[in-house]
Amino acid sequence: MSRLSIPKTYKLYIGGKFPRSESGRSYEITGADGAFLANASLASRKDARDAVVAARAAVSGWAGATAYNRGQVLYRVAEVLEGRRAQFVEELRASEGLTAAEAARQVDETIDTWVWYAGWADKFVQVAGAGNPVAGPFFNLSVPEPTGVVAIVAPQGEGSLLGLVRVVAPALVAGNAVVVVADERHPLSAISLAEVLATSDVPGGVVNVLTGSPAEIVPWLASHADVNALDLTGAGELEWVDLEIAAAETLKRVLRPEPGVPAATLDRILAFTETKTVWHTKSLI
Amino acid sequence: MKDITPTSGRGFLDYAPAPESTSILHLRDSYGLFIDGEFREGTGGSFATISPATEKHIAEIANASEADVDLAVAAARRAYEKTWSRMSGVDRGKYLFRIARLVQERARELAVAESLDNGKPIKESRDTDIPLVAAWFFYYAGWADKLDYAGLGANPRPHGVAAQIIPWNFPLLMLAWKIAPALATGNTVVLKPAETTPLTALLFAEILQQADLPPGVVNIVTGAGETGQALVRHPDVDKVAFTGSTAVGREIAKTIAGTRKKATLELGGKAANIVFDDAPIDQAVEGIVNGIFFNQGHVCCAGSRLLVQESIHDEVVDRLKQRLTTLRLGDPLDKNTDIGAINSAEQLERIRRLSEIGEQEGAERWSAPCDIPENGFWFAPTVFTNVQTSSTIAREEIFGPVLSVLTFRTPAEAVAKANNTPYGLSAGIWSDKGSKILAVADKLRAGVIWANTFNRFDPASPFGGYKESGYGREGGRHGLGAYLQPATTAVAPKGASK
Repeated sequence: MSRLSIPKTYKLYIGGKFPRSESGRSYEITGADGAFLANASLASRKDARDAVVAARAAVSGWAGATAYNRGQVLYRVAEVLEGRRAQFVEELRASEGLTAAEAARQVDETIDTWVWYAGWADKFVQVAGAGNPVAGPFFNLSVPEPTGVVAIVAPQGEGSLLGLVRVVAPALVAGNAVVVVADERHPLSAISLAEVLATSDVPGGVVNVLTGSPAEIVPWLASHADVNALDLTGAGELEWVDLEIAAAETLKRVLRPEPGVPAATLDRILAFTETKTVWHTKSLI
Repeated sequence: MKDITPTSGRGFLDYAPAPESTSILHLRDSYGLFIDGEFREGTGGSFATISPATEKHIAEIANASEADVDLAVAAARRAYEKTWSRMSGVDRGKYLFRIARLVQERARELAVAESLDNGKPIKESRDTDIPLVAAWFFYYAGWADKLDYAGLGANPRPHGVAAQIIPWNFPLLMLAWKIAPALATGNTVVLKPAETTPLTALLFAEILQQADLPPGVVNIVTGAGETGQALVRHPDVDKVAFTGSTAVGREIAKTIAGTRKKATLELGGKAANIVFDDAPIDQAVEGIVNGIFFNQGHVCCAGSRLLVQESIHDEVVDRLKQRLTTLRLGDPLDKNTDIGAINSAEQLERIRRLSEIGEQEGAERWSAPCDIPENGFWFAPTVFTNVQTSSTIAREEIFGPVLSVLTFRTPAEAVAKANNTPYGLSAGIWSDKGSKILAVADKLRAGVIWANTFNRFDPASPFGGYKESGYGREGGRHGLGAYLQPATTAVAPKGASK
């Protein structure tokens, strides 16, 4: 006798919790073959603002954790993801219409991306920082610090899981908190990833995932005064010039759109860091 | 015992005037635009540059029109394509070393010109500005053939033509901050000095001729905001570097939105200078003075908010006032002068207006007793006590010799108050306890933090802000990153993109 399956309700991920959109709205997600897969939450302006509040509250704890600790937590994400590999493969096959091999390859690359970035957590400061030989009796040190709250438009259209991780993981390495707007048409694996994050010791609020219409939500994030940086990687199809102009009002750091899934690079970590230089006097003995 | 109280006609503080002679200067009556290696007439009329200390006319300066800017960018593009981007790093470096040496050789002349045009005391232009200009060119000269170590991988590439717009507070030093790294990395430059302080940039153009720098590698267009806008908007500009107000920086960021242009923005500040009760008080008082009254407070990273621990507030404020009464305000060319002229009538008006608002909002105003010269633009060193965190003078950048004093009780409160600003350029910490300094420095959201010192600059040390103080760094290895990009664009991702 066949068992009747229990479909999952896909909700938002804000402040470590899984709320529905405050607007009560949802939208239909269909597979590559047009069949109904699920209803996803259609996030609103207020959800975006709640997510920014949650992210801001999470910054100091995450940024203040030791680099070793952040690296361990990010590695833990890879471990938990590995354990749920089959679920993600199935989800990608259904939503993106991939073959089993293609979906498996995307999940494997996603896991490997987490491992690669996790390893950077206690190293990028050494690579990007500097001890500066100033002409005077000073100990002078430059170190990169997290920018703060980063709003991200995930890559849209293909590689929905890998694309998401390729933009979220690097921002987390330095200690930023993130509000990410997932792939509009393929948001399901983003919410499943949020379940992984929620069970991987990533503190609530460090990653906030919104599903819905980027065109509707992102302008509110771009103009939000408590957002420090805006990653428009997946915003190529939006009116992104207007978003960059809105971001300029509070001089947000902006990454402009790029096609496809971005590569994993150290530059992506450093894009959301600020260099702090401390001059400390040496006494004359 | 001799009476040394400053109120008795200054007493021991009286000095005979010791003005630096201007005979070392050989200024022309008028200056054109420096385009493609030579001075040429502009097509946008002209304006006068005056001495802010006397309001006397110094020279007539060409006002670059949009067409002039176009010519300058075209010259920079030609020089980039044909000469500069093809030259070896070794040779680019040699030109920069030449420039550094020429600046040193003409240092006295440049210092006098700077003080004359800007109003800053000669001891500052002579001992700080001009030596740092030479140091900046020396530092980046040595980088020109070592760019593989800049942190962008092997064979990093320049952006192309850099549009650079600099402010009036450190005219030649800001020019050096902009031009030295741009040229070392293989970019060519169109630079616009501030309209009130174009003089040393034009003398610098003569130095470039003496250095035999290839024509078009550096072009200098003088003018006001419209000239700057034409430069930023120009479609053949690849990189914009700006130092100035947050308001203008915001407009630049909007202007270049949606283009390929990269930007470095070094904008305003409202730095906290935090004095703990275990600080060496005498040093701290000197540091407070240096932090806010250096260069008449015309410093983006000035320590304009003094946060002093409550238990030592009265002692610090008393000693500070005592110290301020010994500062000499007057002729910028006098070697004994501590406080020079405010750079312009417009800036003086802004300082006056904000100071009046400070009084209206209930803060207590105290100004050092000093004789204000009849002509020129002057503002006596001023301290506001009983300032609230919500006061306008604790929030807005005044960019003048005006200090706002606030108090705190605990390190956590000091940090919270210091960070309570949209700016994040710099901060100061005064304490004898190193572990406390490092812990507080960790929590301050500012790009440059001075511990038991203030307003230190060095070409090896990155400078730049957090938050609305802008982005990008100038100085050090980090300063190269603003003018370079990796050799290849990112490798296309594997796998997922089917």
